[in-house]
Amino acid sequence: MSAQPTKKHIIAALVENKPGVLNRVVSLFRRRNFNVDSLTVGRTHKPHISRITLVIDAARLNPRQMAANLYKLVNVVDVKVVSEELHVERDLALIKVRTDDTESYNSVTELCERYPTRIIDMGSKVAIVEITARAELVEEFIDKLKPIGIIELVRTGVVAMGRGTRIQDTEYEPVVYENGQNAVIERFSV
Amino acid sequence: MLLTGAEILLECLIREGVEVMFGYPGGAILPTYDAMAKYPQLKHVLVRHEQGASHMADGYARASGRVGVCIATSGPGATNLVTGLATAMMDSVGIVAITGQVSRGSIGTDAFQETDVTGVTLPVTKHNYLVMSAAEIPHVVHEAFHIASSGRPGPVLIDIPKDVQTEKAEFKVENYPPKLKLPGYQVPKGATETELESALELIRNAKKPLILAGHGIMMSGAVQELRELAELAGIPVTLTLLGKGAMPENHPLCLGMMGMHGNAACNYAIQEADLLIALGMRFDDRVTGNLKTYSPNSRKIHVEIDPSEINKNVKVDVGINGDLRTVMRQLVPGLPRKTHPEWMAQIRDWQEDASEREILTHYTGEGLLGAQVVNDLWRLTDGNAITVSDVGQHQMLEAQYYPHQRPQTMLTSGGLGTMGFGFPAAIGAKFAKPDEEVWAVVGDGGFQMTLAELATARQENVPVKIAILNNSFLGMVRQWQEFFYEERYQSTPMVNPDFCKLAEAYGIPSMRVTKRAEIEQAVAFARSVDGPVLIEFQILAEEIVYPMVPAGNDLHNMIRRPKPGESQ
Repeated sequence: MSAQPTKKHIIAALVENKPGVLNRVVSLFRRRNFNVDSLTVGRTHKPHISRITLVIDAARLNPRQMAANLYKLVNVVDVKVVSEELHVERDLALIKVRTDDTESYNSVTELCERYPTRIIDMGSKVAIVEITARAELVEEFIDKLKPIGIIELVRTGVVAMGRGTRIQDTEYEPVVYENGQNAVIERFSV
Repeated sequence: MLLTGAEILLECLIREGVEVMFGYPGGAILPTYDAMAKYPQLKHVLVRHEQGASHMADGYARASGRVGVCIATSGPGATNLVTGLATAMMDSVGIVAITGQVSRGSIGTDAFQETDVTGVTLPVTKHNYLVMSAAEIPHVVHEAFHIASSGRPGPVLIDIPKDVQTEKAEFKVENYPPKLKLPGYQVPKGATETELESALELIRNAKKPLILAGHGIMMSGAVQELRELAELAGIPVTLTLLGKGAMPENHPLCLGMMGMHGNAACNYAIQEADLLIALGMRFDDRVTGNLKTYSPNSRKIHVEIDPSEINKNVKVDVGINGDLRTVMRQLVPGLPRKTHPEWMAQIRDWQEDASEREILTHYTGEGLLGAQVVNDLWRLTDGNAITVSDVGQHQMLEAQYYPHQRPQTMLTSGGLGTMGFGFPAAIGAKFAKPDEEVWAVVGDGGFQMTLAELATARQENVPVKIAILNNSFLGMVRQWQEFFYEERYQSTPMVNPDFCKLAEAYGIPSMRVTKRAEIEQAVAFARSVDGPVLIEFQILAEEIVYPMVPAGNDLHNMIRRPKPGESQ
């Protein structure tokens, strides 16, 4: 939740929402031998722009080098190393955990009270817990649940945003062809 | 005007200034070939293999500085282009490749001759497009030419489904070119004041400065600026392989080529320098050798158009991301007027030592040497021909024994090292520069990879002069086997065809040379033929290209040719 030095770097890229763009990004990582810890992608409030968030290991990769390579992709509109400035970051996990006896049930509910979680499905055998927090806190919570019995787990990967008036945006509007159509596909298409 | 996608494509190509396309027809690109009849001003050269088309477009682009165009059908036609695209990508050559694709409805069904060409070519193109409607074509073509030719140039591929080529759409001539909207594509301009001042400060304080000039000098048109910079500040210049031609090699400040088979003086100078000024080059492993011991005592300035190249291989003190010519023009007014007599004297000593080892002055053997062939060719063509080399020993001999005085006259596949490049690229170069003498200097190995283009040269009567340096060996591989694999010549001896009879079969005049005394007559013969001509030079298999920095070795630890009387 701050600009404190960490071993990870977070890079956010705005990309044109065109077919094949995610392919271009991951192909770049593979051919440059860039390993990423997590990659998330989703549309922004502008239908023609999607935002990719990457987490990389700072010890193995120079974020500037990574950003320069990303920016070489024609469809990448803007790249920022978010972790170099004040920012907020969140990771979300859905965790299915055993609650088939009183002890496990109580442990899960107690733990959930101490973390930013919601129990979104509670049954007699299993519960699904949602946690939304910084990645380190999500890790910590998962470690606490492990002895109780995690059955299934899914994480979104980290998303991040600069604090305050630091805005990552683009003025760009998509091309309109002679026939009045444009290059944006009206569905999620990275 | 309602036109088909194919017609729109050709209209756009004409408006982008295209004069010639190198290609091969097939099912999925047929609508475009059919439309060509209406546009006779667009010359189409029928190749014999699509790899030839991509190398010809590449040679055309390198010789002219304009965008080369190649065209192929879907599937195998497109995949055959890949080697040429990768070659152009590595050497930053602007070409636009157009491929047919199966109709939109068939994409993804493993249709006949379907390949995911945008997927296949993603890592070997600067950008690529799959065009899904005829209305997009003007935007895509204009973007493609802009991207291919600007910034750090590179190949761009446009994949067009067959039914998009036949689909009709409105094409308004007056609206071409459409306005570019490339928010993620910015071409770097000049240096900031701070960057300039930091660079000038280093130049002012340097006692042993050295310029490393690369391909970027030619691409940004900074030949004049390089000379000015070197002369004003008294800084010697070394060239990368693709940088040859950036400065006349007979200029007193020009030391020639650096790197694995570069001049020993250049490599020693790099290691001894206290300042390296890298201009439009990318510290390829073939020029640096071992990075840990590379130029250990120098500060480094790197001017480079591609920001991802700065600090990639070699950490630099001042990295300037910008257009080379612009940055050099910014630098010139602040340059100190200096000379470095001690430094130059040191360099002259190294050069003298090298000339004592020069094989041309002390060789007395009977057999013909590749070095003799190239050097005589240089002499007999007044050093003024465009030479297009292939890859291997002959390529390095060309680089060493054919000094070039002008930019864009030494064409070769540097980064990718593509055997088979030389001959088709020479055909492309001849189309770009019909009034210049073009020699394809090739080895017997590489030539056989693309010799099918002899038919193209014959059909179009392209006056390309082919010099085959035939040692019946894959010479460079043989050299590595001699040095590093205890002379086990595994799979390098070649049983070759009779190249002169082969030329005859294609209706191409030829001559064979086995002695040095015959070279002059053969070159004169080649120059007298108005059309393709082939000269086979039968050279010694035992010739070694010296000096050599073994891959990954320290740049100063070269294997040198012994001086006369010295043992190996």
